[in-house]
Amino acid sequence: MSHQEQLIPHNHVLRYTFPERLIHWVAAGSYLYLLATGLAFWSPWMFWLAVALGGGQISRMLHPWVGLIFVAAVLYMFKMWAGQMQFTVVDREWWKSLHYYITNQDEKMPPAGRYNAGQKALFWSFFLGGLLLLLSGVALWFTEYIPWSWRWIRYLAVLVHAGTALFTIGNFMIHVYMGVFAERGAFGSVIRGDVSLAFAKRYHPGWYKEIVGSSDPPNPK
Amino acid sequence: MSQATLRVQKISGHAGSVPGENTQRESLVCKLVDTTTCIGCKACEVACVEWNDMPFSPTTFDNTYQTMPETRWNYWNLILFNEHEREDGSLQWLMRKHQCMHCAEPGCLEACPSDGAIVQYTNGVVDFQQDHCIGCGYCITGCPFNIPKLNKVTKRVYKCSLCTDRVSEGLEPACIKSCPTGCLHFGTKDDMKDLAEQRAKQLKDHYGFANAGVYDPPGVGGTGVIYVLHDVTKPELYGGLPSNPSIPLAVKLWKHPLKWLGNLAIVGGLAGLFIHYLRFGPKAREEADLVVREGEQP
Repeated sequence: MSHQEQLIPHNHVLRYTFPERLIHWVAAGSYLYLLATGLAFWSPWMFWLAVALGGGQISRMLHPWVGLIFVAAVLYMFKMWAGQMQFTVVDREWWKSLHYYITNQDEKMPPAGRYNAGQKALFWSFFLGGLLLLLSGVALWFTEYIPWSWRWIRYLAVLVHAGTALFTIGNFMIHVYMGVFAERGAFGSVIRGDVSLAFAKRYHPGWYKEIVGSSDPPNPK
Repeated sequence: MSQATLRVQKISGHAGSVPGENTQRESLVCKLVDTTTCIGCKACEVACVEWNDMPFSPTTFDNTYQTMPETRWNYWNLILFNEHEREDGSLQWLMRKHQCMHCAEPGCLEACPSDGAIVQYTNGVVDFQQDHCIGCGYCITGCPFNIPKLNKVTKRVYKCSLCTDRVSEGLEPACIKSCPTGCLHFGTKDDMKDLAEQRAKQLKDHYGFANAGVYDPPGVGGTGVIYVLHDVTKPELYGGLPSNPSIPLAVKLWKHPLKWLGNLAIVGGLAGLFIHYLRFGPKAREEADLVVREGEQP
């Protein structure tokens, strides 16, 4: 798609294509199920989540299958986005200015592209997290097939699975906070696909420039 | 003993206290296995399968007397036959009745996430409640003795119940009942320890087993099954009996520091994000704000 085609009337721009939005929600839906059932297996205080989702047995049965859906979504995202998620020189500057980002002084941030360094880090954390969860998860799924002399695999798997899950939960909380609460317009963009040009210019100036060909709005009101 | 011995003192995956905890103490029950008088007749294997009404399980043949390599979901009690060559080149045939050890600190119960799927009664018996089992297999990871086994059809885990149904009615477990040589004994833990120590002393004083002793591993808080061994310094000779078993380090790390640090991080993270929102709020309240603030920036 050429950059001009991304422009939508009323000063909006297409940020996420339909396949991107769809796969995002496949990953999000499966992650939420994995999170709920995973937390149920993690702590007795949250076991009610498994009960609410049909019981411990059903949660145990479906968790690995939903995990496969999640990993498939993450791999598809890798295919779509890996190229755009490479860290650049601007990203290095972006990290150094992180405190401005956290304190909402976005005008002091280096010009991020379509994805800022934080979003790229989130992507890679979910990609690596997904692979580690898959590997350890397979060992937990078929734990009874692991021979006694290879029991270290089970020991490693419970630690890696829980540790990696906690790591992704941290990233997930930040991701939801940014998308739903901090950046107004971000949540709508992953539903409807578009953001305003103002949003693009404020949060992703590098990307904005690519689309409109200059750093000024194309059709000022 | 009566039904009162089925008072529960530990519950797996349970939030909160155990009802009736510490209101009444029962004597710990214990099986004593004297490996020096076991003849490997497997009567205990048969009695276990019979009493617990287990479906037929095909045996394997590996050129020894051993029925199968390890216990199964429907084969809870297995004699392990071990041919040991002494230093003088002579053969010593070591036989050990292998089953759930009923640890005072059970790794299976520690690892289990399902409320009430594993309980420990005040008499020390660790019992699986298949109605509550979700088939995750964490107990398999938690056990230092390779005991819990998953039924691949029902997706529930099974193991020796120490014949809870018999013990609660004042009967001895089926394996004990069937033993023809008197190598198996059943009673309170204190009595069995006394008997075991007596036998070990006898072996030392009169039979020349200088290292004879009692296996009641402290790493798991002691066990509800204790052994008299010819050589207590080498329990591994008896089909891989671990010399110092404990709940696996990974399971301890997972269920204690990782859990508390993880929970703290999740709750702290949620609180941190909420406080961030209170302090800094959204980056722009409305889409219109973006435009206005954009105007401010040349």
